[in-house]
Amino acid sequence: MMNSISSGEQHSNENRTDNFVEIRGLTFYRGSRAIFNNIDMDIPRGKVVGIMGPSGTGKTTLLRLIGRQLLPDRGSIVVDGQDLADLTRDQLFVQRRKMGMLFQSGALFTDLSVFENVAFPLRIHSQLSETMIRDIVLMKLHAVGLRGAWSLMPSELSGGMSRRVALARAIALDPEMVMYDEPFVGQDPIAMGVLVELVRKLNQALGITSIIVSHDLHETASIADVIYLIADGEVIGSGTPEEMLSSTDARVCQFMQGLPDGPVPFHFPADDYQSDLLSPGV
Amino acid sequence: MRIRTLEISVGAFMLAGMLALVLLAVKVSGLSLKAGGETYELNAYFDNIGALKPRSKISMAGVTIGKVKSVELDKETYMARVVMDIDQQIDNIPIDSTASIVTAGLLGEQYISISIGGDEAFLRDGERFEDTQSALIIEELIGKFLLGTVNKSE
Amino acid sequence: MKLDVLDRLAQLGQSGLGHVQSLGRSGIFLFLAIFSRAGFSGRGALLIRQLYNVGFLSLIIVSVSGLFIGMVLGLQGYSILIRYGSEGSVGQLVALSLVRELGPVVTALLFAGRAGSALTAEIGLMKATEQLSSMEMIGVDPLKRVIAPRFWAGVISMPLLAAIFSLVGILGGVIVGVDWLGIYEGSFWSGMQQSVDFVDDVGNGMVKSLVFGVVVTWIAVFQGYDAVPTSEGISRATTRTVVYSSLAVLGLDFILTAVMFGEL
Repeated sequence: MMNSISSGEQHSNENRTDNFVEIRGLTFYRGSRAIFNNIDMDIPRGKVVGIMGPSGTGKTTLLRLIGRQLLPDRGSIVVDGQDLADLTRDQLFVQRRKMGMLFQSGALFTDLSVFENVAFPLRIHSQLSETMIRDIVLMKLHAVGLRGAWSLMPSELSGGMSRRVALARAIALDPEMVMYDEPFVGQDPIAMGVLVELVRKLNQALGITSIIVSHDLHETASIADVIYLIADGEVIGSGTPEEMLSSTDARVCQFMQGLPDGPVPFHFPADDYQSDLLSPGV
Repeated sequence: MRIRTLEISVGAFMLAGMLALVLLAVKVSGLSLKAGGETYELNAYFDNIGALKPRSKISMAGVTIGKVKSVELDKETYMARVVMDIDQQIDNIPIDSTASIVTAGLLGEQYISISIGGDEAFLRDGERFEDTQSALIIEELIGKFLLGTVNKSE
Repeated sequence: MKLDVLDRLAQLGQSGLGHVQSLGRSGIFLFLAIFSRAGFSGRGALLIRQLYNVGFLSLIIVSVSGLFIGMVLGLQGYSILIRYGSEGSVGQLVALSLVRELGPVVTALLFAGRAGSALTAEIGLMKATEQLSSMEMIGVDPLKRVIAPRFWAGVISMPLLAAIFSLVGILGGVIVGVDWLGIYEGSFWSGMQQSVDFVDDVGNGMVKSLVFGVVVTWIAVFQGYDAVPTSEGISRATTRTVVYSSLAVLGLDFILTAVMFGEL
């Protein structure tokens, strides 16, 4: 009896590596264009990981791959010791409960109130009583500072507020990891500060592993433990924010210091400028 | 409260739809619980049935007592064989009755009218009318009239 | 030159394959929407809300159109039939054309415009605002939570709406024929009752409207689900819903009519 329990624990301990997410040899095509070409990535448990890169490099696609809303063409993604490719549909939904995702637009359900939006995952996945659900929802809303807005409809919220409500919804089931898709885009400085603070608080107080996909250099660098820089379907650099800022790699330098031209060219690929201008027929 | 209004509206909608269906059945198609009751079959052979079709009515003294079940050509006699479904309650049609195809109005639909004979014996299921009168074909009638061959006494 | 022709052929083949692929995708989608076990509580409430959106809200346009069409039929039928002295058959004309054809077909066209386009736009917008994705991430299948209730609501509503349309249309015919033009009421109703058969006419009309309900709702929800998630994509998907469902309804109507009434 004792043996079986301890061996079970050992087994789960073996599965529990230091990395919550391990990506190996990931290749993903959209049409004939390779979005990711054989990339490796580790998301350490309990850390804040920033994934950065120029717009259009498929950072959001990466989050969808980790949530298995998309399937990779090659390579494996292991989340919490489970290879996503092996999961049945039902197992996948169990696995997804460990992940919360904050979408770029917030993605609140427009036909439900703020309260019902946060209660939605609880109603689906738990058999909690109505009073318990009420308490949890108000706690989560309190955590993002919007307990007073519980009765509003999503259309009555500002952009920053709806993102915070979406965050409350994402953490309703106490996930082990939250993925943030461009959380800082289109926010005023105050809302941005609030969000940065929330991400930090959730990570430190609850130990939630966080993945932040962003191209807002300053905010991401201020909270991330590790930064991955992606360009042209490859990881071009990784490390702590300090390491990245002092990197000597030309491409990393260009992004981290915001230079307009460099290895990532300012110009879209084109024919020779002079001959283009002088050629008679277009 | 809002859920209640919602449910009442939907309930009213469903009710209206079903009511419409019931009214279509009873009021428009004249479906009554009695209809579709027991019937028995009678046959009749005609030289020409004109525009008679399945579901055309069969009337006696102007009252509908059944409808045409099927129309087909008898390959032996080259006559049209009409199978009729007659209401089970009308079980006293004398065997020498006449089945004639008549037209409702000048251009109306055609139906079978049964004129009563005087025999004591009645037609049974599957039996046939011996005496029949074919449909009146207006074109033939006009043709005869123009050629002056219409028998005045007829 | 030769290469050009080959290119064109290849392009044609590609676009043909694309159409076949999209048809296949929508077929799988229909299958999943119908047979997905809705494994969560409160799906009755979801269906009711959609029945309200799809059915109840279409009620007014359907009954008003039905009334006018019935009145027009009465007027037209009277003006033609009076020449042959058989204005008593107006009831028959109105009832048969409504119950067999106009009821199911016009209701389906109105339904595509009123409810179908709204379904497409709503689902497309839910996709564009990532609501469908976030539902998936929360662990709820959008096919069950979003698509299935809308699909079933459409399938249930359509025959009911068609029945209401036909009935209101016949009432319109009665108003014009009997009340205004003075056709004898008895011959109006008896002519109607003699010529309309419940199974062959009303029943087949209902079967038609059920088929149209499935097709129109299927097209509407699939176009929404498959829409390119931009404002332009959604507007194109909405247009496609109305165009495709109208064509499908009219084409299917011909086939169904040929099967149901063709032998007579």
